[in-house]
Amino acid sequence: MKLDKKQIQKIAELARLDLSDQEALNYSKELTAILEYAEDLQKIDTEELVETCQVTGLKNIMRDDKVEQPQTSQEILNNSPLTKDGFIQVKNIFEK
Amino acid sequence: MELYQQTICELREKLDHKEITAKELAISVLKRIQETDPKLNAYISIFEDRALLEAENFDKGKTKKSFLAGIPFAAKDNFCLKDTLATGGSKILENYVCPYTSTVLASLGDSVLVGKSNLDEFAMGSSGENSAYGPTKNPYDLSRVPGGSSAGSAAAVAAGSAIFALGTDTGGSVRQPAGLCGVVGFKPTYGRISRYGVMAMASSLDTISFFTKDVTDAAHVLKELAGYDPHDQTTPQVEVEDYPALILKPNKKLRIGIPQEYFEAQGVQSAVKQALEKTISKYNELGAEIVKISLPHTEAALAAYYLIMSSEVSSNMSRYDGIKYGLSDQTGQDLLSVYLKSRSSNLGAEVKRRIMLGAFSLSHGYYDAYYKKAQKIRTLVCEDFTKAYDLVDVILTPVSPTTAFPLGEKLADPLEMYLADIFTIPASLAGLPAISFPVAAAKNLPIGVQLIGKQFAEATVLQAALLYEKSRSPLDLSLMV
Repeated sequence: MKLDKKQIQKIAELARLDLSDQEALNYSKELTAILEYAEDLQKIDTEELVETCQVTGLKNIMRDDKVEQPQTSQEILNNSPLTKDGFIQVKNIFEK
Repeated sequence: MELYQQTICELREKLDHKEITAKELAISVLKRIQETDPKLNAYISIFEDRALLEAENFDKGKTKKSFLAGIPFAAKDNFCLKDTLATGGSKILENYVCPYTSTVLASLGDSVLVGKSNLDEFAMGSSGENSAYGPTKNPYDLSRVPGGSSAGSAAAVAAGSAIFALGTDTGGSVRQPAGLCGVVGFKPTYGRISRYGVMAMASSLDTISFFTKDVTDAAHVLKELAGYDPHDQTTPQVEVEDYPALILKPNKKLRIGIPQEYFEAQGVQSAVKQALEKTISKYNELGAEIVKISLPHTEAALAAYYLIMSSEVSSNMSRYDGIKYGLSDQTGQDLLSVYLKSRSSNLGAEVKRRIMLGAFSLSHGYYDAYYKKAQKIRTLVCEDFTKAYDLVDVILTPVSPTTAFPLGEKLADPLEMYLADIFTIPASLAGLPAISFPVAAAKNLPIGVQLIGKQFAEATVLQAALLYEKSRSPLDLSLMV
């Protein structure tokens, strides 16, 4: 699988990264090399296999629906770059 | 012998018999940090005042008394401690103040936290060179890497600038630097220690792990940290054993598996091969039964790991968006530009590389061929181990194909860096407990080996490592700091 610069820029857009031309070129080479290495996986027959997503053997861990307040909202907001009236503030999402 | 050079067990006895105070011990370690850290760069933050206060509180009898009480330790800078900085080794979190404390650091409340250690950015790397706060150096050769990603923790324990240290191990990030720095690195079963309050990298693989100077200390640290945590749904309610007591029991005949695939792996240094062979014959002398086994999907495991890990990375890293916390670039016009600018200028090259690889593996049209395929290979890797453990109790392998390599050597070739993780990754995919411990030295560089056990067979792994450690003569190594 070869990833060219254009594909790299498309992936970057999906991943919310803004890459310079040079970065895109580097990642194109490096990711192509990594994917070529991973190409060998296609030779292994996995048709009948179930995927392993986790290895704990646990499922559906439930807890009582009890309110806990380990932090105040102000403690959380202290780390936010931009806040207003006790909320995190963001820029426009829709064009005016 | 200086206090900072001693083990937890030795120091525990001195503290309990009032031969020393915790404050004297803390001062010894803090002085050692001042002496070594300008050269090693093992620490991102040093908690001098806080550590002295904690030590005084211990001396006044104010704190509860666990086995680790009063003992100075370091935590990798991806562990949260309320009201202190935690950078994760990343520029994007250079101003992040933790609003809460991780379960693990809360449970070490009577120990003395001397500082937060350096790491590859968000635990991504095998050399310690991907930190936004500069590379950590190997204390046995300052021109070489200490391994990664828990680089600072490994270097600190090796140099005596911490008595023990916490790290995280996703694909080898504690075992490999332990090997390259000549200390014990222990990764328990996935889920054995709570991850609550520790920055996520690849959630189906991340395992809280730690460094100690010897195997007995590792058994003590594990006993303090292991167990169910209602705040981490991946911690099963499996009984925590009395590891320090169990490892002292006489071994029943130990069966050690030697996977042939690990011997056929390419690029393994001859000194590493020799050290492994010597270790095998030593175990044989000690009465263990050596069994040749096969783990046929070892090489496939590496490729599968990099697809699964990067996919989970791309998901976990989406939280660093310049909105909720961390550095933010608000100079653009709209929300999208805040995301793009904040992430692009404040995340490092390796983190971006893995986000990109993961985003690709998960993308429409490629998901089945890459991510899903890799998860199926993971099933095969788990089955390999299950079959092997019908025949053996533990599996013995190298930790790293080489001794510590020169700074900069592998930076230009990410694939080359990834290939160096081949021996530690399979146990990560299967969630198995594993220990890395030093067995030899070549040209003043340590060489470690790895023992891998069944899920929750931590005691067996520690017992097998202790058997070797007790019979080993001191290694021919001298610190450069």
